[in-house]
Amino acid sequence: MDYAIILLLQIGSAIASLVLLSIGLAVIFGMMRVINLAHGEFLMLGGYAAITAYNKGVNLWIAMLVVAPLTVGLFGALVERLVIRHLYGRLIDTMLATWGLSLAMIGFVTVVFGNTVSGISAPLGSLSIGGYRTGRYEIFLIGVAALLLVAGWLVLRYTRLGLIARGTMQNSAMAAALGTNPSAVYAVTFAVGAALTGLAGGLLAPLSGVVPTIGAAYIAKAFITVISGGAAILSGTAIASALLGAINTITTFAFTSVLGEVALLVAAVVLLRLLPQGITGRFFRRAL
Amino acid sequence: MKRLASHLGNVVVLVVGLGVLFGLPALAETYLIINATIFAAFAILALSLALIWGYAGILCFGQAAFFGLGGYTYAVAAINFGETTSAAALAILLPTIFAALLGYFMFWGRISDVYLGVITLTVSLILYRFVNQTAGEQWNIGDAPLGGFNGIPATPILNWPGRPGDQLAPEDIFSLTVGLLLIAYFACKILLATRFGRIMVAIRENETRAELLGYDVRLYKLAIFMVGGALAALSGLLFANSVFVSPTMFSLPVSGQIIIWVIIGGLGTLIGPLVGCILMQVLTNQLGTLNQVKGFAWVDPNLVLGVLLVVFVLLVPRGLTGLATDAWRRLAGLARRPPPAAAQPVQERTSNP
Repeated sequence: MDYAIILLLQIGSAIASLVLLSIGLAVIFGMMRVINLAHGEFLMLGGYAAITAYNKGVNLWIAMLVVAPLTVGLFGALVERLVIRHLYGRLIDTMLATWGLSLAMIGFVTVVFGNTVSGISAPLGSLSIGGYRTGRYEIFLIGVAALLLVAGWLVLRYTRLGLIARGTMQNSAMAAALGTNPSAVYAVTFAVGAALTGLAGGLLAPLSGVVPTIGAAYIAKAFITVISGGAAILSGTAIASALLGAINTITTFAFTSVLGEVALLVAAVVLLRLLPQGITGRFFRRAL
Repeated sequence: MKRLASHLGNVVVLVVGLGVLFGLPALAETYLIINATIFAAFAILALSLALIWGYAGILCFGQAAFFGLGGYTYAVAAINFGETTSAAALAILLPTIFAALLGYFMFWGRISDVYLGVITLTVSLILYRFVNQTAGEQWNIGDAPLGGFNGIPATPILNWPGRPGDQLAPEDIFSLTVGLLLIAYFACKILLATRFGRIMVAIRENETRAELLGYDVRLYKLAIFMVGGALAALSGLLFANSVFVSPTMFSLPVSGQIIIWVIIGGLGTLIGPLVGCILMQVLTNQLGTLNQVKGFAWVDPNLVLGVLLVVFVLLVPRGLTGLATDAWRRLAGLARRPPPAAAQPVQERTSNP
């Protein structure tokens, strides 16, 4: 019984971390059809922002929940202005340019912070369930992921901003003809996506620590989740995270953590072969 | 005139290639020759992506998978067989079969450009993760330990066919590598001039139209993808002979480098990526030594490569060959009337819709 609860919590935590990892990418990809290969480095930057702020004496929660998203969001806005803006509609070129950006960021952070692991310990202590123990912080992350999904849904469904976003997503030319400014929408979208990514980076930093090259560890998972999810930003990400997170955790419990990751990636590749448009390209097509 | 000019290009490549092949061993020290061997091995890798991306429009982010598989297959087989000729053959064969399986999966699934990039990237990452954790007894294949993170430092050197134990000297490996590079280059040239090559380019230009004309696009893509896989495997095998095999062969930086070479050299040409590869290798080597010098500690190879890539994508999308062609035309234009605009179709970098 206790074991089952722990297993469920682990699955929940794996799903939550996939949601956090990929939600920013999903926003950018879903809205703009831009693949941001520097996504992993945005996460890395968020982690460094949180840890640096914390070491400078900022409260840990403020560092993770405010400083990290703000820093990365501003950086994202800058990148959109300088690079992405010139490449709209050129998907492959965007991928290449953002890859260049990711290399440059790795190089820059290595020069500034050095090629060593920095970390902070996870807050909130631990919780014991029967004979097992688990971190309270991981349960907190499950809550944050759920909250982000619900908040995103509310914004998209009920606000004017959400309406504009959905319109641009469906048919950007028509949305522009009706008086929205696509260039501004894209700029805001990219900044919001980057900020969400920064938040995720900050929140995950206590669990994994940060090194300049940590982006590579995240990026494959984030991509796979977004691409498997398909066109719908929120439900796609949620369903794909649930499926892949469960597969990952169960395989990890049964075998080893490396095989868990391999199983996740293999499952995603098979899924894409069966559903090339992603899960929400086939099912739940009207979802958000 | 035009035809003559294109033959002139081939002759120049051949002369320079043969010059390096026979000239360098006479002039340079062993260290430089080994370095040049690595460059030439990487140049074959650049050629593999130049072929499948530049001419078939398949953006494979995971050429490193075939590169690494080639190297690992060679090392494992050579340790087990005790001689290297059959191991080398196997090292080309196995990755080609793997490319066939992966290609079947992707092209018959009609997966679009971007997804194809992500899947190939993922496959090479899976292999990287997997090989990285293969330390320990249970991961021995026959007599060969996979060695996890450390790779197989005792990768055997090629021996002369039929004479096990009679290893090639570094100079011989150099000649073999550069020779194979030249052969591969001209083989690709010839391949592209055949009917098969023309259909390939037609598919790149407009996949739907090629399909409506009756060509089985999937089959052609699969075939060229296998050729690309075989070339990458050959490169891995030669690389294993001048360095040794380790999981980094599968890693993201390797995949990334290949793409950077192609972009900087010029997509849609064969010679561009080769030039790009050699230039970037030399540059990376220089940067690596430069940042040891005092006052240049801020020079990080990743930083420079990344900025270069962004700059090229934004400002020089046709790469160095594009720049060179423009400069050449301008020079030629000074001497005589410029040729009609339609003579040379503009290289466009649009993807298939």
